[in-house]
Amino acid sequence: MRRVAILGATRGMGRSLARRFIERGDWVAVLGRDAEELARSAADLKARGVPGVRVTTAVCDLETPESFRDVLEATEQALDGLDTIVITAGLFATQERLEADPALLQKMLTVDFSNTVLFCEEARKKLLMRGGGTLCVFSSVAGDRGRTPQVMYGAAKAGLSAYLEGLDHRFRSQGLITVCVKPGFVRTGMTEGLKAPPFAGDPDQVAASVVRAIDQGLPVIYVPGVWKAVMTAIKAMPRFVMRRVKF
Amino acid sequence: MSTTSRIAGWGRLFSPGREVQTDDLAHAPPVLFRGLGRSYGDSSLPPASNPVVVNTTRANRIVRFDEKTGVLRAEAGLSLHDINRTFLPRGWFVPVTPGTQFVTLGGMVAADVHGKNHHVDGCFGAHVDRLKMRMANGENLECGPNEQRELFLATVGGMGLTGQIHEVEFPMRRIPTPWVHQVSQRVPDIDSFISGLKDAAREWPMTMGWIDCLSEGANMGRGILIKGRWAHSHEAPARFPSEPLRLRVPIEMPELLLNPLTIKAFNFGYYWKHLRQKQERLVDPWAFFYPLDFLRDWNLLYGPRGFTQYQCVLPTSAGPDAARKFLEVLTKRGGASFLCVIKDCGPESPAFLSFPMPGTSIALDIAVRGDTQQLVDTLNEHVIAAGGRIYLAKDSFTRPEHFRAMEPRLDRFLEVRHKWDPNLTFRSAQSVRLFGDPS
Repeated sequence: MRRVAILGATRGMGRSLARRFIERGDWVAVLGRDAEELARSAADLKARGVPGVRVTTAVCDLETPESFRDVLEATEQALDGLDTIVITAGLFATQERLEADPALLQKMLTVDFSNTVLFCEEARKKLLMRGGGTLCVFSSVAGDRGRTPQVMYGAAKAGLSAYLEGLDHRFRSQGLITVCVKPGFVRTGMTEGLKAPPFAGDPDQVAASVVRAIDQGLPVIYVPGVWKAVMTAIKAMPRFVMRRVKF
Repeated sequence: MSTTSRIAGWGRLFSPGREVQTDDLAHAPPVLFRGLGRSYGDSSLPPASNPVVVNTTRANRIVRFDEKTGVLRAEAGLSLHDINRTFLPRGWFVPVTPGTQFVTLGGMVAADVHGKNHHVDGCFGAHVDRLKMRMANGENLECGPNEQRELFLATVGGMGLTGQIHEVEFPMRRIPTPWVHQVSQRVPDIDSFISGLKDAAREWPMTMGWIDCLSEGANMGRGILIKGRWAHSHEAPARFPSEPLRLRVPIEMPELLLNPLTIKAFNFGYYWKHLRQKQERLVDPWAFFYPLDFLRDWNLLYGPRGFTQYQCVLPTSAGPDAARKFLEVLTKRGGASFLCVIKDCGPESPAFLSFPMPGTSIALDIAVRGDTQQLVDTLNEHVIAAGGRIYLAKDSFTRPEHFRAMEPRLDRFLEVRHKWDPNLTFRSAQSVRLFGDPS
């Protein structure tokens, strides 16, 4: 049985992931910004969980790094231990908006890179102190290559992916397993008529793959899996082609 | 907003429009809510002047579940598929289920769905204790059979037009096992079908039938009558049934796929596959309740022009011949339907626009062709003459004057709706077409 803290568990892929854990009997701490949302998600998880599972909540905002240590400490106590820490939270904005709004750009870079790394550092220390554990962080396929539609977001995610790879090399032998999740397009609702790529995923399907990757300790996982092939192809493209194709 | 986006119901008759996704229904824009989009026609489509609906499927959290009483309260976007996945293994099932599990709770209330147990348990709305809603004026309120009753009766079956449904509370039911004891039998013609359903209703909590609506003459209305009840623990395996793998129709099929010949072959095969006159066996709940869910995106089979479902109920007062006459009208017009489902309905719900009434309900899928409007008109005229009505959740072709003639309760509904939403904030393409709302 795992004791899992998920930062970003109230929505999207984090929500699906939390359900997946709770349904098989793991204990889950729901971390997020809004106390009311946390309570609603905790109630949902409790109703879905097998009898006896424990669900706790803690307010945690990626914009306030000074709180990270205390949050993890409190979570560890509430769950009587902690062996798996997942971060699905992050901030996404389109290239257009990021170019137009430097304040938003700064916030995105801070939240998606600096503060995520700071959170991971606290998580790393906590897990290593306990003799090891799993740190699973949602990066993005956008970090695999500099691309026209996601210049800054891609850069932040590239930095995060590089950090996670380094972390894995440095600490795996000491028992810290780092799982870097790279989601491609994940459909979060039925969107008739909108142009989704042919291999769009859905959050429940993503959650199933991620839980499997965590159990197996895979260092990198693309979700849906087909994105691995897609990104391999994109990474192999010469620059003059990338400049032309605009994706 | 993208100008190229388009939106459709399950019948894939597209019109311009889009869905906005939201995690937070409380701050959703004041437009029509749409769940999983399984209503066939234009019930979940926006009016042309403001072509936006809110997709509720991300609002899918359980608010609470009481293990003792079975009362479940959840956000409106929670799907029946999710409910079944979570609660079937724990021995609970919804009091009423439609024929697909890819619907949301909000949609089940808005369409006041019915199922194989209608003759015993009525529609889903009859089991709802409370709804949390947001009204056109921004007010949040709760309604139920004993609280804001009028609003509740307009909202159940009201196709989302009275206000936005945020949460639904209803009791789940204990089931003895997750297996269904099913008896199916071949029935030679429509008259034996009507009497067969009637007899079955006395002893079986769940009944329905598939009819081959291509056979004419003496064979007209032949088909398979299906009866079922939850299996008792002494007759069912101890293991939990595994949810079957699903196939998916990968792309839109060419229009030629479903032609009178293939439809005839399918119906012939379906009828004669049932070799023994009567079969009795244990089946898993997915096979029993949701046979069409095995084929994901089966609506793509109907090709680029899409399809419509026609579902009507012919009241008992119209006499036992009404169904035969209906099929005669249908076969005379050559309205080949791939699938045709028949079910006897129990008492009418007090909800103003709830579809079923005591009598026989017939549902058919019709590929859209040049003469579909005329076909629907003809069938509607027959239904009006019989004193029956059609099901809004399936409809895209009924004329407003026909609907009005079928629905003496309409004014009552419109009155209550008007009281809560005088400016008609919540409109659908269907309400524009049938109720004369401004587009």
